[in-house]
Amino acid sequence: MSARRPYIRPMARWYLRDPFFIEYMAHEGTAVFVWLFALELLAGLVCLALGEAAWNGFLAWLDWLPAQIANGLVLLMLLYHGITWFLILPRTIPPVRIGHARLPGWVLSAAGMMAMIAASAVLATGAWLLARGGL
Amino acid sequence: MKPQTKTVAVLRYRPEQDKEPFWQDYEVPFAEDTSVLAALNYIKDELDGTLSFRWSCRQAICGSCGLMIGGKPRLACKTFLRDFEGKVTVEALAHFPIERDLVVVMDDFIAKLERVKPWLMPREERAPEDGEYRQTPQEMSLYEQFAGCINCGLCYAACPQVGLNPNFLGPGAIALLHRYNLDSRDGGSEERMKLISAELGVFNCTAVGYCSAVCPKIVDPANAVNVNKMNSARDYFFRFLPRPAPKGGCQ
Ligand code: FES
Repeated sequence: MSARRPYIRPMARWYLRDPFFIEYMAHEGTAVFVWLFALELLAGLVCLALGEAAWNGFLAWLDWLPAQIANGLVLLMLLYHGITWFLILPRTIPPVRIGHARLPGWVLSAAGMMAMIAASAVLATGAWLLARGGL
Repeated sequence: MKPQTKTVAVLRYRPEQDKEPFWQDYEVPFAEDTSVLAALNYIKDELDGTLSFRWSCRQAICGSCGLMIGGKPRLACKTFLRDFEGKVTVEALAHFPIERDLVVVMDDFIAKLERVKPWLMPREERAPEDGEYRQTPQEMSLYEQFAGCINCGLCYAACPQVGLNPNFLGPGAIALLHRYNLDSRDGGSEERMKLISAELGVFNCTAVGYCSAVCPKIVDPANAVNVNKMNSARDYFFRFLPRPAPKGGCQ
């Protein structure tokens, strides 16, 4: 008779086992805040469609201090989500080559983050111009 | 002068007498250059001959000494006692069943490696008179990194998805598959892509990325897995379009 009795270790609470997993759960968890922000945007759009009173209600919500604190938190979480997303980017896209040389991962991450900053700046400037009533 | 010693805690499991694994401490003398593998050999030779573990090359190339050291997947011959404060914990590779002490059951992993058909399936049959299959250094550079895998299993121990679903093909096997799919001389991509797109293929991966972080050979299996998510999606959405000739030219 075989004395073999392979032991399988449990996976319970695996996400606490390694700091790497904790960070992974944290950055994946921030996706919930992306969803919350999308909901808020959608609510704004619906209010806009419903007419002036609803839209003013939405603006009042944005002005309400607790909502501002919540939106500040959402912004922080979105930033964390964006940064970690770009940090893992080199692992998820095909290698980028210029001529024969392969770009190192950090260049791809940095390029992605710069693009994120540039896009945000363009968007913020556009919104600011609109708020001012055009050029 | 008495040599410095360090406590090495080893997760023991002797199936014929232990219900479950337990920790056992050993005091091991160490110097600057004492690897964890050297410490295990000291324990086996001097303190406790019943300890079981695998090793062979002592130079990070055979891939047999993969263990959880300080809770992380590492090669015992490439990890040094000097890098640990206090006690060093040594445990069998996570996500593999423990056969005995630090020895794990590798059968399933080996079967996965075989399943990806890790050999060249020539794109065109040639007779010896036709000459060899030629490849430029550039064509080779596409897959070279994925050919560096030593099958140590650290990436499986790093992948929670492998732990949660042991049937997942897993990072190492997919990296090996990718290596052959990228080879300009090979014609087996289509066959291998079936494994990639299957239930137990790349879409089990949630891009934790730890597999690549622990890889001792910088193979970056996470990249092989995630690039194949794109390849699989491309094959699905563009399946009605004529496919370009696969891979580079091999004449
Ligand atoms: S003993 Fe060969 S890799 Fe460590």
